Amino acid sequence: MPEDVAITLDGRQVMARKGEMLIAAAERVGTYIPRFCYHPRMKPVGMCRMCLVQVKGPRGFSLSPACYVPVTEGMEVVTDSAPVKKAQDGVLEFLLINHPLDCPVCDKGGECPLQDQTVAYGPGETRFVEEKRHWDKPVPLSPLVLIDRERCIQCARCTRFAEEVAGDAGIDFASRSDSTEVAAYPGQPFVSNFSGNVVQICPVGALLAKPYRFKARPWDLEQVESTCTYCAVGCRVAVQSSSEQVVRFIGVDSDPVNWGWLCDKGRFGFEALNSPERLSRPLVRQEAGTDLVEGAWAAALAEIAGRVSGVPGERIGVLGGARLANEDAYAWAKLARTVLRTDNVDAQLGDGLPGDLVAGLPRATIDQVCDASVILTMAPDIKEELPVLYLRLRHAAVEKSVPIIEISPGPTGLSSVAAERLHYRPGELEGLVKALLGDSPVTDDVAGIAAAKVERARATIASATGDGAGTTAPGAPRLAVVVGRASLAEPSTATAGAAQLLAGLPGVSFLPTLRRSNVHGAIDLGLSPGLLPGRVSLEEGRQWYEHHWGTPLPKARGLDALGMLARAAAGQLDVLFLLGADPLSDCPDAQLAAQALEGAGFVVAIDAFLTPSAARADVVLPAAMYTERRGSFTNLEGRVTWLGQKVTAPGSARPDWMIAVQLASRLGSSLGAASLEDLWAEIETVSPLHRGVPQALLVSRQGRNGVVVPLGLETPSPELTDVPPPLDPMADPGIVSAELHPAPPVPLSVVGPGTGRTNAPGAGPEQLQAQGGAGAAGLAAPSRLGLGPAGPTVASPAPAGAASPAPSAAPSAARASGDNHGGNGRGLRLVASRPMWDGGVLVQRSPSLAGLHPPLALRVNPEDLSRLGDGHVGEVKVSTARGSVVVPAVADDHVAAGSAVLPFNLPGGGAGSLIDASAAYNELTVEPVGGT
Amino acid sequence: MSAVETPGPKQGPKIVTSRFGLRESWTLASYLDNGGYEGLRRALAMTPEEVHQAALASSILGRGGAGFDAGRKWGMLRKAEPVYLVVNGDESEPATFKDHALVEGDPHQLIEGSVICAYAIGAAQVFIFVRGEMALAQERLQAALNEAYEHGAVGANILGSGFSVDIVVHPGAGAYICGEETALLESLEGKRGFPRIKPPYYPAAIGLYGAPTVVNNVETLSNLPWVMCNGSDAFSALGDGRSRGTKILALSGHVRRPGNYEIEFAKVSFRELIYDPALGGGVRHDRDLKAFIPGGVSAPWFGPQHLDLSLSNEVIAQAGSMAGSGAVTVMDETTCVVRAVWRITRFFHRESCGQCTPCREGSGWVEKVMRRIEDGEGREADLELLMDICDNIVPGVSWPPAQTTICVLGPSIPSSVASGIRTFRDEFLEHIRLGHCPFPPDRLRESPAYA
Repeated sequence: MPEDVAITLDGRQVMARKGEMLIAAAERVGTYIPRFCYHPRMKPVGMCRMCLVQVKGPRGFSLSPACYVPVTEGMEVVTDSAPVKKAQDGVLEFLLINHPLDCPVCDKGGECPLQDQTVAYGPGETRFVEEKRHWDKPVPLSPLVLIDRERCIQCARCTRFAEEVAGDAGIDFASRSDSTEVAAYPGQPFVSNFSGNVVQICPVGALLAKPYRFKARPWDLEQVESTCTYCAVGCRVAVQSSSEQVVRFIGVDSDPVNWGWLCDKGRFGFEALNSPERLSRPLVRQEAGTDLVEGAWAAALAEIAGRVSGVPGERIGVLGGARLANEDAYAWAKLARTVLRTDNVDAQLGDGLPGDLVAGLPRATIDQVCDASVILTMAPDIKEELPVLYLRLRHAAVEKSVPIIEISPGPTGLSSVAAERLHYRPGELEGLVKALLGDSPVTDDVAGIAAAKVERARATIASATGDGAGTTAPGAPRLAVVVGRASLAEPSTATAGAAQLLAGLPGVSFLPTLRRSNVHGAIDLGLSPGLLPGRVSLEEGRQWYEHHWGTPLPKARGLDALGMLARAAAGQLDVLFLLGADPLSDCPDAQLAAQALEGAGFVVAIDAFLTPSAARADVVLPAAMYTERRGSFTNLEGRVTWLGQKVTAPGSARPDWMIAVQLASRLGSSLGAASLEDLWAEIETVSPLHRGVPQALLVSRQGRNGVVVPLGLETPSPELTDVPPPLDPMADPGIVSAELHPAPPVPLSVVGPGTGRTNAPGAGPEQLQAQGGAGAAGLAAPSRLGLGPAGPTVASPAPAGAASPAPSAAPSAARASGDNHGGNGRGLRLVASRPMWDGGVLVQRSPSLAGLHPPLALRVNPEDLSRLGDGHVGEVKVSTARGSVVVPAVADDHVAAGSAVLPFNLPGGGAGSLIDASAAYNELTVEPVGGT
Repeated sequence: MSAVETPGPKQGPKIVTSRFGLRESWTLASYLDNGGYEGLRRALAMTPEEVHQAALASSILGRGGAGFDAGRKWGMLRKAEPVYLVVNGDESEPATFKDHALVEGDPHQLIEGSVICAYAIGAAQVFIFVRGEMALAQERLQAALNEAYEHGAVGANILGSGFSVDIVVHPGAGAYICGEETALLESLEGKRGFPRIKPPYYPAAIGLYGAPTVVNNVETLSNLPWVMCNGSDAFSALGDGRSRGTKILALSGHVRRPGNYEIEFAKVSFRELIYDPALGGGVRHDRDLKAFIPGGVSAPWFGPQHLDLSLSNEVIAQAGSMAGSGAVTVMDETTCVVRAVWRITRFFHRESCGQCTPCREGSGWVEKVMRRIEDGEGREADLELLMDICDNIVPGVSWPPAQTTICVLGPSIPSSVASGIRTFRDEFLEHIRLGHCPFPPDRLRESPAYA
């Protein structure tokens, strides 16, 4: 803990943390010192001079910037004297002389720190009668951000964010004096996945977001605090609407997660909510070959019930669920097991990692990862897929000097800050990890990587995890592994095997980077084959859940996504539910997905849009999206946070849990829940993972940062015991803080490690368990998957074929056999990357984002490119046994020789049509296309 | 003592300008013929600590404007490796041209002084930052440096002593602010020339690339060869009080003989500097003196009543201004004070780096009001307004200024404005009453550059 010092602030004695800046110390004890350039998440620059206060020095009181003066014992500070007021008044007058004062037409008007602080601290009238500075305005800095330089007050918040936080130093000051302007470099637009943050932290209306410009006035905005569901990081946001339409997302500073930052996809992706293409009524296809026509819910549900009744569970599949809230996932998991009587459920689409592996690995929080002695990433391009996690990891590497060892088949956004970059040859991950964990020095090249590099990384890992190695902070892992599916052109088994090897190290913990929305919540609540709610295996939890759910559970472990698709393709699946799943776009094996949709007997899609897959369904039910429904969300740490509702879903679209409840009822059964509250209460009762996490906590101010499950993984932050500080007043959208959900009048309790709910004094998990299972006649709750004393007991990710043999005709018959790579061994090995701006349905339905995707191109090492032809750079035909695409080839010396990087899902194509998901790697034949 | 005999009665021994006027004084041959690199030879025969002690004993104050004791500055270096020496040759203030002459006229002397300093502080790398506009100075300095390398006075194993140091000449990019030492370091690092926020107050703790760094002025270092040859006692015997040795004064404005004059520090009065036939030679056309600026345009002005003050850092400071870098500008009775103040504020407006609000915005505001008054569109209330804007830049409009900005550029803005209004209020009011400037037209304003 930082040492406390006593200072005298305006005559009163207050305590401050030694070394912190005066402005922060004063704020914590309730004295707000006005400021523009200071931002608590960035380094001070002392530019605006708004925070001048009197600090006593050897020669008496002098005016000093509070943002740049660290507190010291006995410091005397005056913030409200006449000289301070004169200085504040003077600075504001200076800031306003060249400011256009066009507040009535400014997006920021009404929530503007310059306006607010002028009213509070500034002069009432202007004495400036000269001509103001003029600029062309507004001019685009990037496709999403415009700048009005006349309004700019040169606080350097945006330029610091770009350089310091995002590492995309694409904007800087140009010119000098009162002609100083923020500008992008000539001919180079400010390209950043995080550009929207500069709009949010701009203390005036100089930086404008294209999607919000002129859309609303701040005083017309209503807002609710929620969690962004665009990826699995779970950034806290304020959802703001005007006239029942979501118009803006503002990042909320959640200390354990996003620090107030958002990526541009999360910030601006709300546009898709307002798309005219949203589904608002059910669609039903009366006969094969006819069009989908709008129908009533009753008819659509009746149609589904009629087609599902009597179908044996093993011939039903439920695919998807990452879009769902936790309560929805639980409802669907229960519906599948108790009504549809199938364990064929999978929230992933063959694009992630086995659910039981993810559930069983010892988990670290983001904070713990960033405090680790060494971070090892074995993950996709986090800057593209989980962007705000990238900001946190970058901060750890750059500001805290935590070494990052990057293991990936291709270059990523983190490569530039990684201490060691191990870009392995696709298909050879396990060999590399074995070498890294070996006891003896590495002397030979491994997986195409020089021996010296591998050896350096091996030594780093060994010294962090070896005997006597300490940790950097209490509870911090010695080795944090950020694990995910690096490339869709390699099977998940490779990563799973590597993760299991690493799980044997002492002091290791994992942060899974499955990226899709609430995929972690879906897995935790049972939408994964062989897993019941609470990270419990089907076998271990059978008795418990059969007791609670009052019905027998499916006998055998079900199929995963690829297994279901293979079964469907073989004509052996009668009903396929697509829960917000679009396998045609997102399954790595596009050919398999197409065959599956063709072969499935009856397809029900529950979605917000008519995706390519939904368009082939027999019944399409419209689902409510985030911001249109309440519920809870689980991020990649296992952090459960609350999703707020701000607007109404279009037409009769409704939340997925409700659809599950109604469907159960149509099928003559019941899920025993009639509301979201019922569902959470049941989850809290039956799921061992969610014990002690009452919904009342999640919706409360105390629960704002969420609760990491299982309890005890995260040391509760002070914010859980205190009311958390308000939003950064400068980032605050002007309305004092986001409206929090009304908490029910129950005494709120604080959760702590292993203590459960303290409103049941002395009740540990065991007692609670006994209470929860009071009617269970001594039935012990199942334990979660995890590491036993003997080491990892992670259920091995059995290929679907082990549970139920895949039809031999299916393309996945030779899954991951290691020798099937569709090539002759002389081609380039494919790395399928996923850029942030892709062909995904939400991006493409957001008008401001749809065109931002990178051009489709094959990136190859210059050496390989030159071998393709006589310095040939142009279009190439890229082929595998699956198919071929014609794309431009570009040289990229960050790509290892022998590999080739192709984006997975861009508008107009991508790697999907080339991938055989069963192959250990996919080899490309690349031929120049003549005449280009 | 080997000091060159002085031509005029009031010019003491010449220390740094002794070779001015010699044929091709900037070449190695000329330098060697006139005692060049002898100081270095003597310094290398001493220990670095002895050289440092010699500098301390000579009490040489920094000649760049702030007047900080150079020997003490070297002693403040944080103990860490590496150490850098950076030579500040970014002389850019209007009417300041002494370093310009030193680099053009005697570049080897600067190189020799730099090597001596580098030896004393243990620097293996020296950067000489020369103002971008000084093209000839850069050319001659680079040529001299090449000669010095060849001569063995710079580079590896200097003059057989075992000491090695490299010197790089770095041209500035045309910003006055880069004369501020921390902005200079930023610029040298390839960044925008923004003065660094303080603390840390001194580059001696955290300087170039975060390493302990000595930043010394060209004139300061140019004194070192003479000190090594003649001893620190000879140096400190010159001058008075804290102001020891000699000082170059860059005399400009309405005098008959503008130019650089090296005089004994603290022994010459402003009257002698301006009127002595061997120095300024008197006000041009025998007109009356209206005012003069004693130490560069950042300094408050003096009037005829200050003529008998001696040119010493302490004396000038006591009288409410500063000796600065030694630029004395004389204004005769035909000078329009409003125009002069406007010109000066215009300079600061253009050169403010843009970091601190009061300087960035205040400089422009002051300039616009000054220009309006000069153009005959002023209001009487503008005088109070100007003083209050100045008060918002420097609380109290005091001298020395109460600094509330990152560097001292902002606090320099009010000097001329306050001097003008306090001393020549009637002249301001006359502009306002007449609706035009009562002085002859401004020829410079007619040039296209002044649009």
